[in-house]
Amino acid sequence: MAKLLQVNQLRTTFATSTGLVRAVDGVSWDVDEGETVALVGESGCGKSVSALSIMRLITPPAGRIESGEILFKGRDLLRLSEEEMRAVRGREIAMIFQEPMTSLNPVLTIGRQLTEGIEIHLGAQPPAARARAIELLAMVGISDPERRLSQYPHHFSGGMRQRMMIAMALACNPSLILADEPTTALDVTIQAQILELMRDLSRRLGVAMLIITHNLGVVARYADRVNVMYAGRIIEQATATELYAHPRHPYTLGLLRSVPRLDEPRRARLDPIEGQPPDLTRLPTGCAFLPRCKYRVERCAEAPQLAPVDAAGHQAACWEAANIAAGSPVTA
Amino acid sequence: MSETLLEVRDLVKHFPVSGGLLSKQTGTVRAVDGVSFDLHRGETLGLVGESGCGKTTTGRCILRLERPTSGTIRFQGEEISTLPHQAMLKLRRRMQVIFQDPYSSLNPRMTIGQIIEEPLKVHAIVPEAPARAARVRDLLAQVGLLPQHEARYPHQLSGGQRQRVGIARALAMEPSLIICDEPVSALDVSIQAQIVNLLEDLQARFGLTYLFIAHDLSVVRHISDRVVVMYLGKVVEIADRTSLYAEPLHPYTRALLSAVPIPDPKLEAKREHIVLRGEVPSPLNPPPGCVFHPRCPVAIDRCAAEVPALREIRPGHCAACHLA
Repeated sequence: MAKLLQVNQLRTTFATSTGLVRAVDGVSWDVDEGETVALVGESGCGKSVSALSIMRLITPPAGRIESGEILFKGRDLLRLSEEEMRAVRGREIAMIFQEPMTSLNPVLTIGRQLTEGIEIHLGAQPPAARARAIELLAMVGISDPERRLSQYPHHFSGGMRQRMMIAMALACNPSLILADEPTTALDVTIQAQILELMRDLSRRLGVAMLIITHNLGVVARYADRVNVMYAGRIIEQATATELYAHPRHPYTLGLLRSVPRLDEPRRARLDPIEGQPPDLTRLPTGCAFLPRCKYRVERCAEAPQLAPVDAAGHQAACWEAANIAAGSPVTA
Repeated sequence: MSETLLEVRDLVKHFPVSGGLLSKQTGTVRAVDGVSFDLHRGETLGLVGESGCGKTTTGRCILRLERPTSGTIRFQGEEISTLPHQAMLKLRRRMQVIFQDPYSSLNPRMTIGQIIEEPLKVHAIVPEAPARAARVRDLLAQVGLLPQHEARYPHQLSGGQRQRVGIARALAMEPSLIICDEPVSALDVSIQAQIVNLLEDLQARFGLTYLFIAHDLSVVRHISDRVVVMYLGKVVEIADRTSLYAEPLHPYTRALLSAVPIPDPKLEAKREHIVLRGEVPSPLNPPPGCVFHPRCPVAIDRCAAEVPALREIRPGHCAACHLA
């Protein structure tokens, strides 16, 4: 299948009072047309900054995309003018944020927020834009859409606001949606509704999705391929089935083992990843996961690069990847 | 059966809602609407439910951070829901709380050492300064922090370390009950397991009793001996951990369990999900009859008319459902 988005050696940095932070440190990954890809990792691993870099929403002067390419349908987004970029944002690539309340404008009606993009990007006349807005609200399962157009975000519950965000993202028929923790702020039963809705819409409309999350369960239900990030780098890359069946990086393995699971007998004790999350201003010179790793060897003082572990495209950035596969099933 | 440490009966907490020109009361939020349960010494009771179900308000009523509208709360045999303020302050030493957000619950201008020392000083638990300093170092070690953390400020610690400080501060009071209100949900996945293990170690070491309020059903199953499920201010099911997760009796519990995604794509693809329609109704105007009936996949006519009582269906396993 054709590559819709190709990120090559992207590096995004932030100047902070305690030093330069390499939030995204030379990562490469891609999304095929119509596919759902996940970026997984914990806070500060660079997953949200990756999405913001694609949208060119990194705020200068502190934040800077230093190098790399972001090829979208063959064009490098980093070389577009601000005006050209505006025609991509919201039109071809849309974004869904974690906090629907803070990303909706509280003083504009639902209708205005939906029609604005349609009028600007698609040049639609107000009556046509309004008809499209009603269609969109119905599509994301909001009842009584005509009446909703004149309401404000505070009239909506959390789940409805997230549906509204999805409607806004879909408004201009984008080919890619970046969803940054789309269900984290929602309750479990509402999370299930929103995930079903997103999966259904992406299949029906053929939209590709990049889903950014820390929730391994959401990824398992949802993604075709997965990139696991740690301290600004991708440390493992595989199809979802392969990654969960045969994790090859100690961090991925540790994450999978540390969460209690409802489908397994209760364990007497949880098996956490020891130590603290990395401080991005003071990373070790070798592998960033080294201080917390149970599998460390001398060679880890030298940073490992992402390397293939099989012929099917599974990659891991770990010198010991082969041994991890041999000796440590996830369900031990 | 071990001794009952805390007994909650028919607990009700209503919040008046006022509006209009003269701020007249226009409605009532029924945050907690007739909740009863027992907490035995040394056990962990999980309290689960989605936002707005009343689980946090229940915890706050027990701590008397909210004054209950009606109902009784007996702690070590003593009725505390009507206790005068002064007496309550003394009693609160015996019940401590750990909050969800370890950052906003620590004073940013105090060092970790001062934060842990303060309750020891205020409650005169350790009156002499040198002994107090030793106690602070001991508490730091108990929660897995290093001596050098004592002089640091909250912003210099990671989220997991800050939650350890919150735990040390609660332990300083030598409580018998700790109310843990979403203690791990703000933490990174790799750190959550560390804190859960720490809470379990401390419980074993000091014989603590926990009321563990959370929305993450996997974590609750791991840590709890028994579990209370709440929906819209009411208890819908109470059971020991094993029965609740193996044989949930209430349709809401079943839906909640099926909504939790499992980190295994092959299993996920085969699993049947009960996706509930609609959203939780407003506690300002809860539905008549069973509060869950508008979203319930198996509701019958009776559910809209008659409030189901919490009944013991099997020994130790109660559910509030006409069909259970």
